[in-house]
Amino acid sequence: MKPCKFEYHRPSTLEEALEILARHSEDARILAGGQSLVPMMNFRLVQPKMLLDINGIKSLSYIRSERDYIEVGATTTQAQLLDWPQLAATSPLLAKALPHVGHFQTRSRGTVCGSVAHSDPSSELPLCLAVLGGSVILRSKSGTREVGVADFQLGLLLTARRYDEMVTAVRFPVRQPGAGYAFDEMAERKGDLAVCAVAAKVTDRAIRLGVSGVAEKATVRDWNDLPDSGLDDALNQFAWDLEASDDIHGTAIYRRQLVRRLGRRVILEARQCRN
Amino acid sequence: MPQLNSDGRTLINFILNGKPASGYAEPRMLLTDFLRQVVGLSEIHVGCEHGICGACTIKIDGEPARSCLTFAIQIEGRRIDTVQSLLGPKGELNDLQAAFRKHHSLQCGYCTTGILMSTTAFLEKNANPNEEEIRDMLSGHICRCTGYVGMVRAIKEVVKNRNAKNKVPA
Repeated sequence: MKPCKFEYHRPSTLEEALEILARHSEDARILAGGQSLVPMMNFRLVQPKMLLDINGIKSLSYIRSERDYIEVGATTTQAQLLDWPQLAATSPLLAKALPHVGHFQTRSRGTVCGSVAHSDPSSELPLCLAVLGGSVILRSKSGTREVGVADFQLGLLLTARRYDEMVTAVRFPVRQPGAGYAFDEMAERKGDLAVCAVAAKVTDRAIRLGVSGVAEKATVRDWNDLPDSGLDDALNQFAWDLEASDDIHGTAIYRRQLVRRLGRRVILEARQCRN
Repeated sequence: MPQLNSDGRTLINFILNGKPASGYAEPRMLLTDFLRQVVGLSEIHVGCEHGICGACTIKIDGEPARSCLTFAIQIEGRRIDTVQSLLGPKGELNDLQAAFRKHHSLQCGYCTTGILMSTTAFLEKNANPNEEEIRDMLSGHICRCTGYVGMVRAIKEVVKNRNAKNKVPA
């Protein structure tokens, strides 16, 4: 399994990179960590004519803590975010979810933005972004726009990114005072893509549950003032609404059961983690 | 700004196990194939070629990396360490390799070079891991012979011995 031939560019500034993207448009793919893109190229599922390696652009590697959000640059690896000393205090959900993202050996190269841009329906970071209500910064030669997660994630490996745009950063809202967060997933091996992953955010009146691995993209459901006696019915309804299907990793029945059981587990855990 | 057309072969200079090395590669050449076929390193084992099995794991600038998910052109100027970097000056096994031998942590040996490099990088980051953390790290590799128990034992022993050695006498 070897990739097809491609032209290779490794610019050292963002301006150069955006110029190249504008010129090559849909023929180009952006290479950051390559932990999803290169397997797809080896399988020849994608055959880009041009590969834009952004690892030479030093200004894209950063973690910036603002009042309301953490901004992570395009070449920052998952390991760098996981090792960031302020992570647990500023984003407990990311601190809980990141150890499940790939393996020790892939987090050292896989990037946070790359995972969001790839938008695999089973992956953890798009799920966290959806539950936290974060946003994505897209830059092109013609300008910059910030797109909310609901408008960015469109479906299976499908996002609102235009071909001439690059995801230059992702913004994760910081922990909300009084809210509790929890994450769990079921995978064949620890670190493999999830058969079902769940993330919860719970405040005194509201419950938000996100599920990935079941529908075509990470899907979020909100409940307000839900009595404890109604939780099982609410989870059951959500499980059916996700329209799970059978595949080699699990049946639809199994996936619905995971949504119900893991969903309940993370909601209770998040409730305990408040404050 | 490096820019290469798809057939263009370029000379790649890098540091291999502490010494300067170089070789020619076109953009599509995977680092696994480059290290095996161009540089001639038989310790780079090619397993799944999509990042799952871990057999090809090496260190790039000290960080563990799947060489099958890296292009040779990306390592210009970088430091590459393979399992040969573990050997002592006379070619003797280091403590980790010796512990793997002692605890029967390998059978066919195909996955072993990758696991040794992963473990080396892991212990550099976390000098005192517990068994759960060791197993979590090993989950990034597939071994079909051993069942991993011997590896866990070997790594735990290395951790214990290294920590005892590094302890400052009171």
